[in-house]
Amino acid sequence: MNNPASASGVHVNVEELSHRYTPKLPLTFEEVSFQAVPGEALTIIGRSGCGKSTLLQVIAGLMPGSIGRVSINDEHVIEPSSRWVMMFQAPHLFPWMNVRQNVGVGLRFANWPKDRIRDRVDEALELVHLEEFAGKNTQDLSGGQQQRVALARSLVMEPEMLLLDEPFSALDAFTRASLQRDVRQIAKQLGINLILVTHDIDEAILMADRALVMAGAPGRIVHDYKVDLPDPRERSDPKVQEMRAKLMKVFRDAAGAPHDGEDEGDETSEEDETMMNDSTKLEFSGREYSPA
Amino acid sequence: MAEKSQSQVWIRKFGLKLFNWVAGLLILFLLWLLGGYLIYLNPDTTHFSDFGPIPTFQAFPLLWEDGTIPNAIKSSGYRLGIGLLIAICCGIPIGILLGRSRTFRELSNSPFQLLRMISPLSWEPIAVIVFVTWNQAIIFLIAVASVWPVAFATAAGLAKVDPAWFKVARNLGASSWHRLTQIIIPAITFDMLTGIRAALGVAWIVLVPAEFLGVTSGLGYSIADARETLSYDHLTAMVLTIGIIGYILDSSCALAIKRFSWHRGDEA
Repeated sequence: MNNPASASGVHVNVEELSHRYTPKLPLTFEEVSFQAVPGEALTIIGRSGCGKSTLLQVIAGLMPGSIGRVSINDEHVIEPSSRWVMMFQAPHLFPWMNVRQNVGVGLRFANWPKDRIRDRVDEALELVHLEEFAGKNTQDLSGGQQQRVALARSLVMEPEMLLLDEPFSALDAFTRASLQRDVRQIAKQLGINLILVTHDIDEAILMADRALVMAGAPGRIVHDYKVDLPDPRERSDPKVQEMRAKLMKVFRDAAGAPHDGEDEGDETSEEDETMMNDSTKLEFSGREYSPA
Repeated sequence: MAEKSQSQVWIRKFGLKLFNWVAGLLILFLLWLLGGYLIYLNPDTTHFSDFGPIPTFQAFPLLWEDGTIPNAIKSSGYRLGIGLLIAICCGIPIGILLGRSRTFRELSNSPFQLLRMISPLSWEPIAVIVFVTWNQAIIFLIAVASVWPVAFATAAGLAKVDPAWFKVARNLGASSWHRLTQIIIPAITFDMLTGIRAALGVAWIVLVPAEFLGVTSGLGYSIADARETLSYDHLTAMVLTIGIIGYILDSSCALAIKRFSWHRGDEA
């Protein structure tokens, strides 16, 4: 698993995808189309309620799309698969299992022999820096450590794609920054795809190669933005800050919000606040935040 | 140093717990002793003085040596064990169905609530007619009394299961069998064992009156026999035996709950 050449990403093709929960309800999102190449890290950003989490679940095969089609390597996605694993906002670890058992649970479902599970779990725990926590009760771990266990549980399946639904939103700023960096690094190391749903612009810039901006109700993809930055990406890097400002402008354009110097002046709107994480807020404390 | 003080705190805590446990039993014994003495002092009740603790403890070795207590425990234990096993085997699947299927839950709610409210011993005349032996009838009564706590506790446990666990399991390739054995059962073990503990209490209460009639063995029969032969010391010795065994069974269940529970801060 540590050998990057041993893993590979996938070609993702989403075609004219629309979804509604029940026939009586309005569409959650509509006519969503995009492609991702193997190893690409893609982020879907948008305000709450635009349907980005639902879109991710449809891509993962956890629920069917109402119209349209998702294919991974030309294979029509109709159900979940251990080849593309989803990580949720909360780690949802199984509290009756210790760390090692939690990480190896997917392999047990696949009826792997015990010694092979052990070896693979050790590798995964090493990858997320939790080797010494293998025998611990998951309830004794911090939120960040629990999310790392969830990451190891996903990686142990050697997936071709990781789907992340705001997996770090409940964590403190420092833990989140470290996990953002590690997940991207691991994904690049293994050559696997990432599709990350977030409403945090910083997270999108630090983790993705491309950002799809969703807006409206029902949600649509209104911008496909290339995040062309070298690794490693640091929050304090002027290029990162410049990219953040550009993406924020794109985002505000998409949402139809006024720009600097327009009606609202330089004031940061309440909704813009939600687009920045804690660390950004810390960075901008003491002066007005100007996205452009 | 810190380690030493921690162990000292633990010893003190354990010592206090042990002291309270012994003191509680001692108070009960003293009340019993006082009651026995008052019965002895009253000329109208003096012939019941064998209910007191001293004659009871004198009767214990005799009843043990002549095999009365071991045989009674064996017979009652067999009935209790089989009845409880039937209740668990029926109660857990019923509970899982109640927790997982809304149709089954809605369909079965009224009949189950109605059946649950029927006193288990009121089934006795019907059980005697339906079953060939008294033994079978008693096992049926125990099963019918203890199936409900198991079923409802299992269903309540399932209601508390985080639906996201199923989503995660499905995402990691779990089959229906895996979801049952690796997610549902471990997730609800605490509630199932709590239900079994409650069922054991009900079964133990039903067992003794059920053995008053028909059978010629068991703890209930031994009590009825002692009453008829006016052996009050034997009667109280059997009552005490029932209490001690019930306490041991309940404590074992409590220990099992503590051992298998993954909930933090559960005190069984």
